[in-house]
Amino acid sequence: MITATVETRDNYLNHEYGVKSWLLTKDHKRIGLLYLAAITFFFFLGGIFATVIRLELLTPPGDLVSAQTYNKLFTLHGVIMVFLFLIPSIPATLGNFLVPLMIGCKDLAFPKINLLSWYIFMAGGACVLYAMLQGGVDTGWTFYVPFSTSYANTYVILTGVGIFISGFASILTGLNFIVTIHRMRAPGLTWFRLPLFIWSMYATSLIQVLGTPVIAVTILLVAVERGFHLGIFDPALGGDPVLFQHLFWFYSHPAVYIMVLPGMGIISEIVSVFTRKKVFGYRFVAFSSVAIAVLGFLVWGHHMFVASQSVYASLVFSFLSFFVAVPSAIKVFNWTATLYKGSISYDTPMLYAFGFIGLFTIGGLTGTFLATLGFDVHVTDTYFVVAHFHYIMVGGTLMAYLGGMHYWWPKMTGRMYPEGWAKLSALVVFLGFNLTFFPQFIMGYLGMPRRYHAYPEEFQVYHVLSTAGASVLAVGYLIPAIYFVWSLRFGKIAPDNPWNASGLEWQTTSPPPPENFEITPVVTYEAYDYSILEEMKVG
Amino acid sequence: MNPQFQLFPDQASATAVHLDHLTIYLLSIAAFFSTLIFALIFFFAVKYRRRSGHERVSEIGHALPLEIAWSVIPFVLMMIMFTWGASVFFEMSRPPDDAMNIYVVGKQWMWKTQHLEGQREINELHVPLGRPVRLTMTSEDVIHSFYMPAFRVKFDVLPGKYTTAWFNPTRPGKYHLFCAEYCGTLHSGMIGWIHVMEPAEYERWLAGGAGGESLASSGQKLFEYLACANCHRTDKPGRCPNLTGLFGSKVQLTTGETVTADEAYVRESILNPGAKVVAGYQNIMPTFQGQVTEEDLLQLIEYVKSLAKQPAPPPPAPGAARAARRAEPKQNR
Amino acid sequence: MANHSLALRHQFDDVEQQKDASTFGMWIFLATEVLFFGGMFCCYTVYRSAYPAAFGHASNHLDLILGAVSTAVLIFSSFTMACAVNSASTGARNALVAFLGITILFAAAFLVIEMSEWRMLYKEGLMPGFNFTYKEFDPGHVQLFFCMYFAMTGLHASHVTIGIGILAIMAFRAWRGAFGPDYFTPIEISGLYWHFVDLVWIFLFPLYYLIARHLQG
Repeated sequence: MITATVETRDNYLNHEYGVKSWLLTKDHKRIGLLYLAAITFFFFLGGIFATVIRLELLTPPGDLVSAQTYNKLFTLHGVIMVFLFLIPSIPATLGNFLVPLMIGCKDLAFPKINLLSWYIFMAGGACVLYAMLQGGVDTGWTFYVPFSTSYANTYVILTGVGIFISGFASILTGLNFIVTIHRMRAPGLTWFRLPLFIWSMYATSLIQVLGTPVIAVTILLVAVERGFHLGIFDPALGGDPVLFQHLFWFYSHPAVYIMVLPGMGIISEIVSVFTRKKVFGYRFVAFSSVAIAVLGFLVWGHHMFVASQSVYASLVFSFLSFFVAVPSAIKVFNWTATLYKGSISYDTPMLYAFGFIGLFTIGGLTGTFLATLGFDVHVTDTYFVVAHFHYIMVGGTLMAYLGGMHYWWPKMTGRMYPEGWAKLSALVVFLGFNLTFFPQFIMGYLGMPRRYHAYPEEFQVYHVLSTAGASVLAVGYLIPAIYFVWSLRFGKIAPDNPWNASGLEWQTTSPPPPENFEITPVVTYEAYDYSILEEMKVG
Repeated sequence: MNPQFQLFPDQASATAVHLDHLTIYLLSIAAFFSTLIFALIFFFAVKYRRRSGHERVSEIGHALPLEIAWSVIPFVLMMIMFTWGASVFFEMSRPPDDAMNIYVVGKQWMWKTQHLEGQREINELHVPLGRPVRLTMTSEDVIHSFYMPAFRVKFDVLPGKYTTAWFNPTRPGKYHLFCAEYCGTLHSGMIGWIHVMEPAEYERWLAGGAGGESLASSGQKLFEYLACANCHRTDKPGRCPNLTGLFGSKVQLTTGETVTADEAYVRESILNPGAKVVAGYQNIMPTFQGQVTEEDLLQLIEYVKSLAKQPAPPPPAPGAARAARRAEPKQNR
Repeated sequence: MANHSLALRHQFDDVEQQKDASTFGMWIFLATEVLFFGGMFCCYTVYRSAYPAAFGHASNHLDLILGAVSTAVLIFSSFTMACAVNSASTGARNALVAFLGITILFAAAFLVIEMSEWRMLYKEGLMPGFNFTYKEFDPGHVQLFFCMYFAMTGLHASHVTIGIGILAIMAFRAWRGAFGPDYFTPIEISGLYWHFVDLVWIFLFPLYYLIARHLQG
């Protein structure tokens, strides 16, 4: 009987039906789900490439696929995972879904632009897929010139155009969030009452808006140079290939923070709810997000210590890089302190949050290693770097994304996921991840260069461990994919506020109505104030 | 090479030892902080696990001293990392003056090395034990990176540019050479070996090599073959600057700027003569772009370098005038 | 003007918030655009300081008169755009349509002048990738100059073209009576965009046409 009433309640999912109602929707929640479908597809596609890469590396000689194929595999793995999965992952799905709900408004400021951004993203993705079907691209996701402009004979322009186009989707999402967070907060929701997820989305949006155009123009120049043989970066005409690297990393280093800052926001939400405490040092955590976004623009040169930039430039970039580590350290310490004297429960999102904090700590510490000048010379372009950024992007971002998906799944779908299976998957992912990537640190320090199709025999033991871990990890990702789909039909009906959380998104129904709230909420309390919740119940 | 299971790579140079000390510092910092964080999480998660639905939690919102402590302490530790790392980096980027020079040309997908004595190798490099080696490197096509893990040396090799790296082998043996910057289809095949030999053995190896003609004399032949000597005369003032004593000196240009005549300058002057014209001369030299390979260029440079070492040939002009000319490079070059 | 309140979209609480959000959104977009052009200005700066002589020589091949006229035309179009926004705020519908029309005309004139400059360069063999036959002073770096010139003016021209499209839509809507003194945000933010496009040219003109022309070979 209860089920019946819940199902007849008007929500954004049953408000309208049919393909058209989805493809022409201007509802941020539906657009979030459209993005979710798209990036899930790209994630598994990128994952398939990773699997083949790991299988190839099981043995020292290049015996599974040809060298050219291998190069295409890691390029497409990188391009798809970075530009079509990680960058849109949290902002475009959970961010899209949650930003208006969390700040108590009916929709984003520009719903049409929001829908447009999804179509732009799909167009960009289609370009990359088309390039892939035509024969792929083998430049590495970094598109270093002059290889990409004059030597590669694969589909560089088409892939570049795809990235260029999908960049605009990212810019439009960021623009929409900034305006929405500035102008459309519910009455009483001051900046310091905002959930930390909103702060991190705000910082992320700043990078998206200010960084993405630079890579767009850089990729454009590469495409034009390749198409017309112009010589903008061609050393034969006096052009400078290192200038390309500067422009590329000016975006692509901050892009790392586009990927990980939203994850940090999610962790703040989860840690608070499952300890029943306010996040320790709220203002420090909030400002550290903005600090990371700003400082992130000043450190790009640490990717180029051996690329022939001047020794003094390297010195400055190394020095500044350590400043980014401080706000990151502040976050980790504050999350840990939040646990102190809390009331901690081990629901799945919290397990992912524990995983995130641990893996991000390792990823962050090895990041300071790489900022250390002499050390970087030895390990740059080796598996040490590969391990480091996978600890940040997979151990960090992806763990947070999965944690967030579990946490907000009831709100998004109105169904609960199966808790037992979910806990199992969190454990499998954590173990598989470490088995995959920890050996790569050692391998990298031993000197195993990245992007190698075949390798000397002494590295095999580490590659075997890594491949074994990757197969565990693959299982860990398949389990949630299966039970999430299963739960859409068979999952328990979710209550409005299953976690007893205090955020505005939990004060409306699950799933929310088309315009989010029956009446515009008025906020009179700070974020994560769980005592208010008790009072409201009593009242 | 040690084929067995390793956790640390071979240490075959002093720099490698210095870097490994830094690594141990970095690892201990990382071990300390990750153990601290893991232990705290584990301890809190067990101690403060939820026992019943309604539990009082202690609301400590923030603590400024704590925030300052965990910002400042890691920062200080990181500044040590920075300083230490920078000092190792300076060591890596400053070759000693007495280092022997070896030229490296990278191309898809091989390493070509040339000794000053004229020996050429492909995907191999023989060096004597205990003598610093300075590598002057360039690429014929895309960006490569010369990487020798046992010496902890890596530097990118760029087209149209000379970069340098150096190492001082302290242990004889055979060590890996890798290309570390992705360079196309057979990137992983662009590998080779560094052979560190006892000095006497190295001398034998040098003597046994084919050719026997030094790099500079190959350069001289090329200089004559390309008819450079018709204008760049060493015996009397010609239409182009006299190259004797040029290398390493300051050169004044028509634009009024002064540049140092280094490898990059000589290279540019051969390939793009109009870019930097020496004061007092016309822009009449044709480009040699497309007529000389990167290896030819290195030979020519080595020849120009050798001209700087030998005293100017005495013949026609009186010795005094010649000396004055060398003391005042801007008048003539 | 009661019908204008219909222009309030459902996600906003009131007209004021909607106007604020649109204008603010446009400013953010312009920040994006600044960085977009910024990447190219950065390339330009690096190369100009590396090869000042070649860049000086190359700029002599640009037609100063054409450059100056197109600058004047664009500045004037910015003025008429400002007049259009002013007319919109006073509800002068016919003046609004007229000023938008003049702005579009001047924008088109700018494009025509620019195309004739490009055509001239093409004929002189100074268009890299299509017809580049220059062999005099330091051809490699002169080619670099023209690469940057065509890349940056090309990107700017594409913005002018998009601007013409936007202004045409605005003119059509204005003619249909969509705007009034209490609702003209679209005109206002189109104006912001147009002034930005103008401003980019104000930088491009001296950088390519004026600096170091005296460095003649």
